[in-house]
Amino acid sequence: MRTRGALPLLVALLLVLAGCGGLGADRAEARTGFADEPVGPLTTMGYSLPDEVARVRVERFRQRYPAVDLRLNEGAFDEQQFLSALASGRPPDLVYLDRADLPSFAARGALLPLDECFEVTGMDLAEFRPAAAAQVRYQNRPYGVPEFLIVRLLMANRVALADAGIDPSRVDTADWGRLEAWARAMTRSSGSRLARLGVDPKIPDFFPMWVRAAGGDVLSADGRTARLDSPQAVEVLEMAKRIVDQAGGQGVVQAFRDGWDLFGARNPFAADQIGLSPMEDWYLNVLAQNSPRAPVVVLPFVGRDHQPLSWATGLAWAIPQGARNRAAACRLVREMTTPDAWVAAATAKRDARLARGLHYTGTYTAHVAADERIRAEVLRPTGLDWLDEGIRVIERAQGVAFALPASPAGAEVKRAWEDAVTRALGGRASPADALREAQQRATAALARVGAR
Amino acid sequence: MTPGTPAGRAGQHRAGQDRAGRDRAGQGRARQDRARHRRSPAWSSPARRSATRRAEARAALGFLSPWLVGFVVFTAGPLLASLWLSFTSYDAISEPRWVGADNYRELAADPLVLKSLGNTVYYTVLHVPLSMALALGLALLLVAARRWGPFFRTVLYVPAVTPPVAVGVLFLLLLNGQTGLVNRALRLVGIDGPQWTSDPAWIKPGIVLLSLWSFGTTLVIYYAALQEVPGHLYEAARLDGANAWQRFRHVTLPMISGALFFTLVVNTIASLQMFAEVYTMYFGTAHTSAGAEEGLFYVVYLFRQAFEFLDMGYASALAWLLFLVILLVTLVQVRLSRRFVHYEGRR
Repeated sequence: MRTRGALPLLVALLLVLAGCGGLGADRAEARTGFADEPVGPLTTMGYSLPDEVARVRVERFRQRYPAVDLRLNEGAFDEQQFLSALASGRPPDLVYLDRADLPSFAARGALLPLDECFEVTGMDLAEFRPAAAAQVRYQNRPYGVPEFLIVRLLMANRVALADAGIDPSRVDTADWGRLEAWARAMTRSSGSRLARLGVDPKIPDFFPMWVRAAGGDVLSADGRTARLDSPQAVEVLEMAKRIVDQAGGQGVVQAFRDGWDLFGARNPFAADQIGLSPMEDWYLNVLAQNSPRAPVVVLPFVGRDHQPLSWATGLAWAIPQGARNRAAACRLVREMTTPDAWVAAATAKRDARLARGLHYTGTYTAHVAADERIRAEVLRPTGLDWLDEGIRVIERAQGVAFALPASPAGAEVKRAWEDAVTRALGGRASPADALREAQQRATAALARVGAR
Repeated sequence: MTPGTPAGRAGQHRAGQDRAGRDRAGQGRARQDRARHRRSPAWSSPARRSATRRAEARAALGFLSPWLVGFVVFTAGPLLASLWLSFTSYDAISEPRWVGADNYRELAADPLVLKSLGNTVYYTVLHVPLSMALALGLALLLVAARRWGPFFRTVLYVPAVTPPVAVGVLFLLLLNGQTGLVNRALRLVGIDGPQWTSDPAWIKPGIVLLSLWSFGTTLVIYYAALQEVPGHLYEAARLDGANAWQRFRHVTLPMISGALFFTLVVNTIASLQMFAEVYTMYFGTAHTSAGAEEGLFYVVYLFRQAFEFLDMGYASALAWLLFLVILLVTLVQVRLSRRFVHYEGRR
């Protein structure tokens, strides 16, 4: 009687186990080595086809390697999804992720070193911008192949500058006292309502760039020691706090920024809501598309020593530990990052934009030769002076950009400085105290990762 | 209420309705448990009735088996695994390494554990009573509004089925101190509203305000409970000269105290596990950075440890601490309920 009663239960259990068995059987699939002939299914995670730059290069790969069945799992890279895939023993063959996240996966053995892939395809990290190459190298071995170099520059609103009697040719970020004075002069508010934020230091987002501008660093070169409470870091936070406080404080400033229509025709530059702010280079493209007549002037970001500098970030391809089709994964990475592929992609993007009556502001690949060829063969003057000058500023910034050192606890260190900045700007702690606590947290996190 | 059970103060004539009402309020499960305990000795007896019962039990088990298997495989298994993982150092990539009670020791010394727990408790203490009061007030209005009742019932329930991520993004816009609709409305009546999403002092009250949006489920439970309060009790109270407040205080409240207690328990548990809206507002892709400290709720911190810092062992320890906190709070609530909750037929 009892056994019969338990029958449905048993059936259900068997069904579940049978499902698991299905997964297990796949594990026996053959793996290809880097040097093998690329054939068969190739799965990716984190790569989408939003524009010509992606589509053209993927198409080139498909034509060159028809025996490879490329399956793009579109959507942004999702750590949770990647971890589950790793834990289940079925990782994708290739992932496309933020370069800042790469070292923590490499340090935990989740990614394959790519020396062999580089050897087979003749790839060399020296082809890439030093800032990008440094981010994908962990313990002197390559774990990824960089794509794109996003740099930061200064964008200013000519109307706000004129309003405050500031000569655009004299604007730079070298003298912080003068910067604070400009911030006061350009800010417009009534009561607790801001109408224009004079200077937006973009902190915590751009904190490492400001620290570098002051001559400091948030991490040691080997990425294993945090320097969040250095005098330079404290100075940056104190400066940012004064600028934010004169505009009404963190509450008002943050709410004002959150209300901006960053990607619309009424963006803060077109709507005269901002005076001066460091921005990512791609914002030039947004402005060119949505408000090409906005009164913008693009300038290099400079350190206190008056030397231009820029913080670079970007994406990378990496091959997970346990990837089955290493041969195809390696070829795809190579094919996507050749100068020929980049030039073809950039040309397609330029033509598509021109066909829609939009300006093309360049494609910045992180590959030195590809960038040079795009500038020579693809880029054309836009006919708008401020935009052409902006493109020149981006190109110069590419050459002087620095990246944060690859750190196995990069995420923790970043959260630590972000929290410290938020606390200090919100008045919950002094800049020095907030950064001291952040330093303790970052140090503890680095020690924990080091102990693993 | 089965025949032969003492009818209690409410009278026998509405016993069936009474049970249906409380079942809806979630009290049904406890009753069924009691009933099962009373019946269990009969299973082993050779009587004919017990044969039927065995057949019924088999059928019940059969129908329950998908859930039972699901529970064992997807809930109980991971639960036990997380207990074990809480004693290991595990990053979901390499093999777990046993570290004994290290994670728990670290947890005791981690200021962010206390901070995030504090934020969560603050939220719970405000959200639970406020949402209960709001739901009860609206349920009372719904009962009174006979004609438009079904319409408003639907409208008021709609927020409960809105995805929390959408609610988070929506409220980020609504509560924006500079351009948000809430402050614009306040300005119309001459109030200069606070910076709900960016001023550290107002972030948590802002989150509480947002949370009141989804009281639909509580409201439906109260509405069902209120329908079951027998009219003759109000009549009797009226004859005794009780005014509206006294009728509410001495008739309505005791009669729906079971539903109130149930919602108190489940809302408290849900509040202590608050995640999606806060994560969307202050940590997700559309987030505003000002809430990094005040918006750091316990489960957000747990998620961060697990999936941002890849410290699954520590995150598991955090999960078990939360489990213990919830267990403790619920036990205290159950204890207190003996004094305040009125169960018909039991006392």
